[in-house]
Parts: sequence; C-alpha cells; structure tokens
Amino acid sequence: MPKVTFPRMGESWRTFKMLMNDLGNEVVVPPRPNKRTLDYGVRYAPEFACLPLKILMGTYVETCLEGAELIVTSGGSGPCRAGLYGQLHKKILNSIGFPVDIIVFEAPKNHPIDFLRKVNRLNASRLSYRAIWECIKRGWEKLKYLDDVEKLTHVVRPRELEKGATTRVYRRVLEWIDIAYTMSEIKEAGEAALQAIRSVPQDAERKVLKVGIVGEIYVLLEPASNLEIEETLGILGVEVHRSMFLTGWTQDNTVKETSETLSVKDAAAPYIPLCIGGHGQESVGHTVLYAKEGYDGVIQLAPFTCIPEIVARTILNRVSRVHNIPVLTFFLDEQTGKAGMTTRLEAFVDLMRRKKSQAGALHARPEVV
Amino acid sequence: MTAYLGIDVGSVSTNIVVINQAREILAALYIRTRGRPIEAILSGLSETAGLLPPGVEIAGAGSTGSGRYLAGVMVGADVIKNEITAHAVAASMYVPDVQTVIEIGGQDSKIIIMRNGIVTDFAMNTVCAAGTGSFLDQQASRLNIPIADFGEMALSSSAPVRIAGRCTVFAESDMIHKQQMGHKLSDIINGLCEALVRNYLNNVGKGKEILAPVVFQGGVAANAGIKAAFERALKLPIIIPKQFSVMGAIGAAQLAREEVEKTGRTNFKGFKIAGLPYRTSSFECGGCPNNCEIAEIYEEDRVIGRWGARCQRWDVM
Repeated sequence: MPKVTFPRMGESWRTFKMLMNDLGNEVVVPPRPNKRTLDYGVRYAPEFACLPLKILMGTYVETCLEGAELIVTSGGSGPCRAGLYGQLHKKILNSIGFPVDIIVFEAPKNHPIDFLRKVNRLNASRLSYRAIWECIKRGWEKLKYLDDVEKLTHVVRPRELEKGATTRVYRRVLEWIDIAYTMSEIKEAGEAALQAIRSVPQDAERKVLKVGIVGEIYVLLEPASNLEIEETLGILGVEVHRSMFLTGWTQDNTVKETSETLSVKDAAAPYIPLCIGGHGQESVGHTVLYAKEGYDGVIQLAPFTCIPEIVARTILNRVSRVHNIPVLTFFLDEQTGKAGMTTRLEAFVDLMRRKKSQAGALHARPEVV
Repeated sequence: MTAYLGIDVGSVSTNIVVINQAREILAALYIRTRGRPIEAILSGLSETAGLLPPGVEIAGAGSTGSGRYLAGVMVGADVIKNEITAHAVAASMYVPDVQTVIEIGGQDSKIIIMRNGIVTDFAMNTVCAAGTGSFLDQQASRLNIPIADFGEMALSSSAPVRIAGRCTVFAESDMIHKQQMGHKLSDIINGLCEALVRNYLNNVGKGKEILAPVVFQGGVAANAGIKAAFERALKLPIIIPKQFSVMGAIGAAQLAREEVEKTGRTNFKGFKIAGLPYRTSSFECGGCPNNCEIAEIYEEDRVIGRWGARCQRWDVM
C-alpha cells in the first residue's frame, strides 16, 4: 500500500491520521510548517503563487522525503486558483523526482460518484461502506472536539492570570484527544480537555475586546501561516472569534449549506451578490455580521496576490464606514518577521480601546464560557 | 524640574527628546541608527544628557519605533508603545483638532485618520518601500545632491516629468531614462516627488477619508517638494510641525507622562546606563519544528531581554 499524506491545517491532522489509519493506510504525518517548509515551497513553487500553495508545496516535499507516495487533498469551489493546486503540485513533485500521485476530493454534494470512487481507492482494508461510515463518524467527533477546544482557548486566553497558561494547557490536552480512539474515548477526552481549559485561572473582571477574524481558509486555519495571530491577540487581551473552522466548512461543502452560511451570504449580498471565488464573499458577509453583533473590530487575513480577498479588501473600506467597525487587513507572504504585524496589532488594539472607552463602558466577561 | 524622556528607534534614525511639564522641548536629538541601534541609543543618551539644563529630573521614559523593545529594556521605559499611537498622540499635542496624520519615515510610511482626538483608522505600507525616506536618500546620493537641497530643487521646477512611482526599481529606471533624454534635473526631481505622493495616496492612503487639518511629519517632511506635491494632490493645506522629525519620540515622552501619572513611579534607569556595556547574541531554538531565531541582549553579564520566540519558553530571563 502507498504511504499516504495530506495538507496540514492547524490540528486537524490528528483526525485525518486516524481516518487514514482506519482505512488501512500507512500515514506520513505532515510536519508543522517551518522555515524548511518555506524554503522548499519558495524554491519549487511559481513566484507569484500564493502562500498556501507555497506552504503546501514545501509540506509535500518534506513528506515525500519521508517516503510519502500518495497525497490526499481537497479541491476548491468557485474561481480561485486553489482549485488547480492539486494538479499543479503533482506536476511539480513529479518533475523534481518524486513519483507521487494525488487524490483531490471535490465537494461530494456536487460530485457524489467521484467521491465514492476516491474513498474506495483509499480503502486499503476493504472495509464495508457501513464500516467506513463508522470511521468517518468517529473522525468527525474528533474534529469537532478539536475545533471546540480551540474556540474555547480564544475565549480563555485573553482572561488568563498567568501569561501563556492557556497555551500550555492547550498543548497538553491536544494529546489526550489525539490518543482517544473509540467513540466513548473521544467524547471522554474531549470533555476533559474542555474542562481543563475552562479551569485555567482567569480574571473574571478583566475588560476584553472582541475581534472577528475573516479571510482565506488556509491562512485562517494554519497558525504557522499567520504568525499565530490569534495567540498574539489573546495575549494582548483580545477575545477572537474566527469566522471559519474546518467542521463548519466541511458541513457547507458536503451535505447542504448551514443556515449560518446562508445568513452570511445575505449579509454580503448588498456588496457582493455572487460567489467571487475563495472566501471573498464570506469575508464581507462575516464583517457585516460581526458589526451587527457589536464586535469591536475585524481582522482580515489574506495571502498576498489572492484575488478574492483583494476584492473583499476594497469593499471592506465601505463596510467599515457604513457599519462603523474598524477593519485591519494583513496580506501574508513568506516573511517570518513578526515585528510589523505586532506593531499594527498593538495600534489596532489601542484604536479599539480608545473608541470603546469613548463610546461607553467595556463589557466584562460574557455569560458562561 | 520634572521632565519626560521619549526615544524613537527607527530603521534609519534614532530620535530622543526630553519634554517638561509644560510640554516644552528641553532637548531634541536626531541621529542616524546606521544599523547599530544599541550604539545609537547609548551615544544618543549621553549626548542628550549633555544638552539638558542643570537640575532636570527624568520622571518617566517611553520608547517607540521598530526598536522600541530594545530601547525599552535598556533604559527601563515606563511605556513601550507602537509608533502609530505615538505619532497620533504627538500630532494632536500640536494640532488638537488634527484629522489626518501623514508620516513618512526611513522605511515605512503611514496614514493615521483621527476624529475627535482619537485614532479611527490607520494604514502602513505593507509590501513596498517605494516612497519612503531611504529611497529619496539613495536617489540624492546617486545624483550627488545633498538630501537637504532636494526639496528646494523640486520647487524650482516649472515642468514636472512623469516618473513611475509604483516600485523603486521602476522609478529609478524611469529617472535614468528621462535624464538621458535631456530633461532638467529639477524637473526629474519634482517628478519623483509627485510619483512618491501618488504612490503613497494610492497605496497607504487608499480608501481613507483625508480631511483637514492634515499634519505631515517624519523625516521626509523636511522635503519641501514632497509637501508641495501633497498640497497639489490633496488640494488641502499641509501643516508641518516644527519638531516634525522627532514627533514619535515626543509622543513616547507624552505617553510616559500619562503612564507615570497613573503609576506614580518610574522605571527609568538614568543616563548613567550610557556607560554600561551592552551586547547582543542570537541562536536558533531547537525546541520544536518552528526553529525560532532568538535574539538576546545583555547588560553587563545579565540577559535583560529576549525576542523572536513564538512561545513563552524564553520569557524567563
């Protein structure tokens, strides 16, 4: 059987590793994107390609060096270059001497037969569809807990009494979820993880700001690609709400769109009435919703040269004015110097704090976490 | 006399000011960083100490600029603030109803939009350094004109030549092309000023509502040609404060004052630190695949600051 690998997006690899193992495949776990990943990515990817393509390029080279022979990834919907990245990666990898193959999963709601054929190809253990379904359900449960725990850290971190405590507990509890296997183990580990994060000593009186994060999916989900912006904001006393998690995105693209996505599209409609590729429409829609929900600001994360986000960026100027919500955009590329980002974040936090103290009292802790 | 110290360590210049309770400038210093921020801070401090009238007691210190953390741990700053807030604070000290701040320094340029005395929006140049002080410096030395004369030369032009402003590489080749065609130097320089302003307004200032009063500060504000080009492009008067080149440091001093008024004490170590030995070193942390590049600074034999880590591993000194 070929050794299988896949892109790394945050902590989701823990789920995919389990799922691929269950289907009978040997897995090469993709390393966390690091300097070596970027070096390979920049060397082998076209110069004007976006950061996600470069990071994945580097990740694939690293996993190929460890013996990966089959890459499993997802396609894209709408006019965004990500849709052809799978094929492009394969061509580049083959041309530099890695005879790998790539399986690109397209949204099953549009390509159901193709989806099943690809699942069969990965089904090395020849499990029945029913057994595969059980594996997927367990994987889904794990993914949901991984997302829920991460969301909770975003709420707890700005209120922690000891700087860095949340991150330390978070790293530990991820391992609990990682080793859990049966459905009941996953539930038990997930609940224990949530409880451990909740128990991080917090200052209930601290006045925190709330910021929504919008933008392109890869740079949103992989902290190594956005210089750990959410953690940095947490330490600056800002509670972040990220507009996209893998579980939410998967739901929208497998079965049918959730009511949440539909309201995002409604909110975006006066500005962008149709899908312009990538997550441009969502970035605008989420910003409108964050403003209506009383958030203090919105941060847009976009890969440098990403067309959908460039379109959204231009429109966000108006959204910001109409809805009176500060918006800050970061275009991310291969630079790893964090100073420029820190300066802008600190200034943005100052801006929001002054705006808020002028407008009235800061809100203390929300309901129950 | 009680006074407050502000230090702005930028890529090109290191500025130090001391202001008193009445916000008067007791000392202002603008020196080149020359890629050696520690030396610049130390020599700047001892020079500043010499400029001060006797009997001045520093009751608070603040740092800003890209080297603010370095300066902060060296002098014992009471406040370490980003340069956007520092510049906004300084601008509103001189022009209380300021609505737009244009700041162009050595390697970055920013726009700060203020309404009713608070910052409501800002932007900094992101992926391009065209239109900043370093490029003007570089062109002045290529043309062998003292940078101080650059602005006056631009003003003497009667027919500006169009220069591409999108990118310094294109701008330079455009300038060379026009110069070889025989255009007058003053016209080319004026064209460059217009190109820089166009680039600034299209990039940094894109989508921002620029309203008067407009305050222009940072080293580039010394250039009368750029000021005139801004006035032509915006059709608004441009105010340049007298202390335009050290506004960041003034903002830092003012913020230090606000801070010590709250805390009632200062962490400032005194001008004596100018005599202490400082050194830096760096290493790659191998704790995880991040391989963070950690830089540390020593005061005598003690580590007083570390940067570059993406986790808290190196936070304990």
